[in-house]
Amino acid sequence: MDFSIQITGLVALYIFMLAAFAGWVIIGHVPAILHTPLMSGSNFVHGIVVVGGMYALLNASTMQEQTIGFFAVLLGAGNAAGGYAVTDRMLAMFQTSGHKPAKHNHAKGSRPKAV
Amino acid sequence: MTMTSIAQLIIGTTDLAAALLFLYGLKRMSSPVTAPSGIFVAGLGMLVAVLAGFLYVFDVGAAAKPHLMVNVGLGVVALIIGGGPAWWAGRKVAMTAMPQMVAIYNGMGGGAAGAIAAVELFGGKASGTTQLVATLLGALIGAISLSGSLIAWAKLQGVIKKPPRVRGQQYFNILVLLGTLAVAGYLVYVTQGTSSQLLPTPQLIYLFFGCALIYGILMTLPIGGADMPVVISIYNAATGLAVGLEGFVLGNPALMIAGMVVGAAGTLLTLLMAQAMNRSVANVLFTNFGGTPKHKAGHIKGSMKPTAAADAGIAMRYAKSVIVVPGYGLAAAQGQQKLYEFVKLLLAADVSVKFAIHPVAGRMPGQMDVLLAEAGVPYDLIFQLDDINGEFKTTDVTLVIGANDVVNPAARTDKSSPIFGMPILNADQAKQVYVVKRGQGKGYADIVNALFYADNCNMVYGDAAAVMAMMIEAVRGLGAKAAA
Repeated sequence: MDFSIQITGLVALYIFMLAAFAGWVIIGHVPAILHTPLMSGSNFVHGIVVVGGMYALLNASTMQEQTIGFFAVLLGAGNAAGGYAVTDRMLAMFQTSGHKPAKHNHAKGSRPKAV
Repeated sequence: MTMTSIAQLIIGTTDLAAALLFLYGLKRMSSPVTAPSGIFVAGLGMLVAVLAGFLYVFDVGAAAKPHLMVNVGLGVVALIIGGGPAWWAGRKVAMTAMPQMVAIYNGMGGGAAGAIAAVELFGGKASGTTQLVATLLGALIGAISLSGSLIAWAKLQGVIKKPPRVRGQQYFNILVLLGTLAVAGYLVYVTQGTSSQLLPTPQLIYLFFGCALIYGILMTLPIGGADMPVVISIYNAATGLAVGLEGFVLGNPALMIAGMVVGAAGTLLTLLMAQAMNRSVANVLFTNFGGTPKHKAGHIKGSMKPTAAADAGIAMRYAKSVIVVPGYGLAAAQGQQKLYEFVKLLLAADVSVKFAIHPVAGRMPGQMDVLLAEAGVPYDLIFQLDDINGEFKTTDVTLVIGANDVVNPAARTDKSSPIFGMPILNADQAKQVYVVKRGQGKGYADIVNALFYADNCNMVYGDAAAVMAMMIEAVRGLGAKAAA
């Protein structure tokens, strides 16, 4: 069986259209109070570019491709890891007056992540 | 089944799962209650996608087979030295420095998209005109996002202080952009197989990336520091778009979906932000805000009346209702903790206290909310502009602390003011206004504030944290006297 993915121009447009619509609808409902974490969170999401970087690097066959691919992975990993760290930290700070403010819980309760 | 198709199946399904987790995670981030788990869900998606990414080793082209071990090693090293320091920096950075940190991470994403495009271009891997155009477009947007984000970082960090502006700059920028597009067009043209080229293809690619990076710098340099949040938001959306386009080129739907979702979300966020400042996005990008003629102080009647911190503090203790309008100055002075300590004293004395947040308070939309949350202020005390603006009329005291332009009544009344028409917090409508401010200077946008000269307004000069400490002491002193 063949599981390779082929995307032609028109199918790409369908995917882009639906994804754009999804993004627009999801963000439209976010209260202003969460705009900064959200910007940071969406910044984290495009860190998925690291996977594209890995594809490019693993398929590299010249020194030049290897060098550029290396930087693609490096930069993408920075985007993903940093974006996660700051977003997680920010969101952990939001508390209602019903709860005891759990300040700095991010320091000890940081979730392990391989990236 | 061969190893290759098993790998393709696993990669395909994990990427699908990742796309779903991203969408679900962003959805959960739309409420403060579910938001922390939202980022965890999205993080899970990232983790499985990266792990599955190593399965590409079973699916590489024949040319790359001999280099596979080296490439895997390089990949692991790149993940560690790219992800490690970024993770560490993200954990350590002060909340006030968050916008420039996000700018850096965003620039890295744009750079990664540009680098992927470069590999495709140098390797001649893009097949067909559609793919080539998508690669070049993604590369252009990614490169602009990279260099532009770095300039945004430099401005927010204070490395670049004054926006350098020269006459005719916008026209020059347009020329550079057109030049970049021309090189890209020529690249597409030569790959159709023409016999003679002006430059060999690799040189053309270098030229293309060089021009795109320079355009990103030129475009961002003249924009004032106060507009950087909008700029970062635009580049965030741009990086998303670039990632989506490169995802199309690589045939990876997860990249396409994640990139496009961010592209759309970032665009909406940018529009909301620009709307809050009552300016169009084009106005932010192409007019040199702050370069407009300064508002003449002669228009304003009255004078600034200073008062002691202790007096202001005691007045608030005996008020029925207080609305606090915090701004970036509070955060710059690290005064949030002290402010909340003071607010807790007021709450204990049965004063009704609310926080009013302007959409562009801080240097990033919603940054003020985060800074207050960091100090432990519960978010049900925090109100946004539309929800609270009607309440100032019936409020005893407004405490403006470290905020300036967002409470300037000139935005409502004075057509000659550069911020005319911007929605503001009606702080001036309270019976009494106290403004805590470092000195008599102007705000970030460099405009005189009519509120400071109003009859019902008193100025408390000093560092926000120090002033709050004095207010706390004064109110505690009252309690001690009453007990004695």
